[in-house]
Amino acid sequence: MKYLSEYRDPELVKKYLDEIHQSTTKPWIIMEVCGGQTHSIVKNGLLQLLPKEITMVHGPGCPVCVTPMHLIDKAVYLAFNERVILCSFGDMLRVPGSTDSLLEAKSKGADVRILYSPLEAVKLAKDNPDKQVVFFAVGFETTAPANALSVLHAHREGLKNYSILASHVLVPPAIDAVMNDDLVKIQGFLAAGHVCTIMGIGEYRPLVNKYQVPIVVTGFEPVDILHGILMVVKQLEKGESKLENQYARVVRPDGNPEARKVIEEIFEITDREWRGVGNIPLSGYQVKEKYAAFDANKKFAIKMPKVEENPECIAGQVLKGIKKPHECPQFGKGCNPERPLGAPMVSSEGACAAYYHFSKISGQVMEA
Amino acid sequence: MSEYKSILSSSCPMPKLDFEIITMGHGSGGLLTHKLLDAGVFDVLSNEYLDKQHDGAVFEVTPGKMAFTTDSYVVSPIFFPGGNIGELAINGTVNDLCMCGAKAAFISLSFIIEEGLRVSDFWEILLHIKQAADHAGVKIVTGDTKVVERGKGDKIFINTSGVGKVHPKADISVDRIKTGDKVIISNDIARHGIAIMSVREGLEFESDIESDTCHFNTIIEQLLEDFGKGIHFLRDATRGGLSTILNEVSKSLLKGIAIHQKDIVVDESVAGACELLGLDPLYVANEGVFVAFVEASIADQVVQKLKNWENGIHAAVIGEVIDGHPGQVVLHSQIGGRRVVNMLVGEQLPRIC
Repeated sequence: MKYLSEYRDPELVKKYLDEIHQSTTKPWIIMEVCGGQTHSIVKNGLLQLLPKEITMVHGPGCPVCVTPMHLIDKAVYLAFNERVILCSFGDMLRVPGSTDSLLEAKSKGADVRILYSPLEAVKLAKDNPDKQVVFFAVGFETTAPANALSVLHAHREGLKNYSILASHVLVPPAIDAVMNDDLVKIQGFLAAGHVCTIMGIGEYRPLVNKYQVPIVVTGFEPVDILHGILMVVKQLEKGESKLENQYARVVRPDGNPEARKVIEEIFEITDREWRGVGNIPLSGYQVKEKYAAFDANKKFAIKMPKVEENPECIAGQVLKGIKKPHECPQFGKGCNPERPLGAPMVSSEGACAAYYHFSKISGQVMEA
Repeated sequence: MSEYKSILSSSCPMPKLDFEIITMGHGSGGLLTHKLLDAGVFDVLSNEYLDKQHDGAVFEVTPGKMAFTTDSYVVSPIFFPGGNIGELAINGTVNDLCMCGAKAAFISLSFIIEEGLRVSDFWEILLHIKQAADHAGVKIVTGDTKVVERGKGDKIFINTSGVGKVHPKADISVDRIKTGDKVIISNDIARHGIAIMSVREGLEFESDIESDTCHFNTIIEQLLEDFGKGIHFLRDATRGGLSTILNEVSKSLLKGIAIHQKDIVVDESVAGACELLGLDPLYVANEGVFVAFVEASIADQVVQKLKNWENGIHAAVIGEVIDGHPGQVVLHSQIGGRRVVNMLVGEQLPRIC
C-alpha cells in the first residue's frame, strides 16, 4: 500500500532501532501525545524493542478518554428523546456514562447511529425532517474541520433539525497542563501528526521555549514513531530542545489554512473539562453564538447533574503519564474492557485498553 | 463500487404472482402460503425428499458417525457485494458440518420473513439458495416459512440445520491439538466483514471488496482423504475473525499459540479499508476461511493442497502451538515486535481518528 507499507518496512524499523540504541546513553522519559500513536506502539510491539533506558508514557490524546462523563450523560439523555437521532463516531459508544453508555442506550431502544462522517449526519437530518439529528462532535483539532463543515452545510441548506454536541479539545493546552504538574517528569514529546496537519506546527514553539523540552511532530506508522523517538533522543542527548517535524510528508509548517478557516467560522475557544484531568483553561472549542441554532447544548437546554468519577480509577494520572496503566491496582481486575472503571480502558486508543489488549496482562511481563 | 450481482435475469424467471410483497397472509398456512410455496420454494428447490411435502424428511443412513448442526442468519443488508443471506445460510451450515470432519448432505431451511419483503427479493434469495446447495452438493429436504409483522424482523431471517456423514478417517477434536502442531489458514482474511461494512447504512464507502463466502464440502473431504488423523482440529473463522477462534482454542487447551503477521495475507484493499475504518483484520468476520491445526510433518502438504483449491490461493502456515504463554495468542509483528492478541469484548467499533 503506497505511503503505508514503506513505513512498516522491517529493514527501516531495524535501522532506526539500531540508531536509537546507539544514541541512547541515559534514561529518558518521552510522551507520545496522541492515542493513535499509543495504539500503533502497542499494536506493533515497539515497546519491547526500545532500549530499556527509554520510557514511553502515553498522553492524553485520546478524545474518547477525555470527554467528560456529564457530556456522555447528556448524549445518552438526548438519545432517549424519541424525536432525536443521536449520531456518533464508533468508539464513543462504549464509553461509560454515569448510568448508561450510548451502546446500552441503543439496546434499550434509543436511536443511536454510528457514522464515519458528520456530513452523513447532515444527510440524515435532510432525510428525516420530523426528527432532530444530533452529532456527538468529539475529537481534537483533527476532527474539528469536518464537524464545523457539517454545521456550515446544515446552515446553507437551512436545516432546522441538525445540531452538534461539541466536545472538542485542543492539544497544546493539554501539553501545557501536563508539564505544569509537579509530579510529571516528561523530558520530550512526540506531538500528534494529524492534529498538526490542520493546525501547523507553530503553536508548539512557545511550549518548547517555556519548558525547554524537545517536541517532534510525529506520524503513526512504526517507522514514523521510531524516527520521532530517535529525533527526540538525539536532542536530549545533546541537551537541546527544538521543535522538529518528522511527519513532513503530511504536515506542512502552516498546516491547512482552509480547514482552519472553517473551524474559525464555526467555533471559538473555551475552557474545557477533561475527564480524569480536570478543567484546562482555553483548551476546547464551542459553537459560536452566530451558529447557536446548531449547538445542541443550547438547543436542548439540559442541565445534567454533576457526577463523580469512580475514585478507584486513576485515569488522570495515567493520562498525564504519572502512572502506567498496569500500575493501577484495578488494572485487569476491577477494570477491564468488559467492565471499564474509566474511559482509557474503553477506546482502543486509550492507554489502559491498549495495554490490556496488546501488551501486558495484570502487570506481568509477557513471556514468549 | 462493488455491488450485489443479481441472478434474476438468468434462466429462471420469477413466476407470475398476483402479489408483489409478502404479507402476513403468506405465513397463515392458507391459500396465500401455498401460492408462495408452490410457485416458489418447492418448484425451485425440488428434489425427491422435498417433493413429498411432508412434515419432515425421511432418508436412509449408512453405518458410521453423523454430524448435525444448526445456525441462524440475520445479516443486514440481505444483499451485499459478493453474496446474500441465502447463499450464507447454505454455505455457513455446510461449513459447520465440514468443520466436524463431515460431508454435508441434507439441509433444513426455515424462513422468518418480515411483512413487506418484496417477492422479487425473496425469489432472488431462493435462487441463490438453490445455486449454493447445488455447488455444495447438498439437498434441501425440509423447511418452514413464517411471516412476522412489520418491525418484528429485519426483512428476512433464515435458519438452516444440516446433517452429514463424518469421514471415516476423520478424528477432529480440540483435545487432539498438541504442542508443535502447525496452525494453517485456508486463505486471506477479513473480506466478508469489510464487504458488509462497505454497504451498511451510514458507513458506505467505495470499494470493490467482495465477500469470500464459499463452501468447504469438497476441499475438506479431500483433505481428510489425504491426511486423515493428521488433521487434529478445524474451525471456520466467521464471527470474531481469526483471533477469536485462536483465543478459544488456546484458552480451552491452556496452551500458547504463536502466530506470524508476515504469513497472514490481507488483500490490499481490505487492509486499506481496515486502516481507514480503524478495524483490526484479525477480528473481522470471514465466511470462506477456516483454520486447521495439523501435525507439523504434513503442514506443508496441506497448504499445497489448499493452494490448488480455488478458494485457498493464500493458504499458509501462520503459526504453531507452544507450551509458552498458556491461554494466550501472541502475534509476532512484521517488524519484530510481539503483542498479545486478545478476545474481542463486544462488537469491533470504528475508531474516531
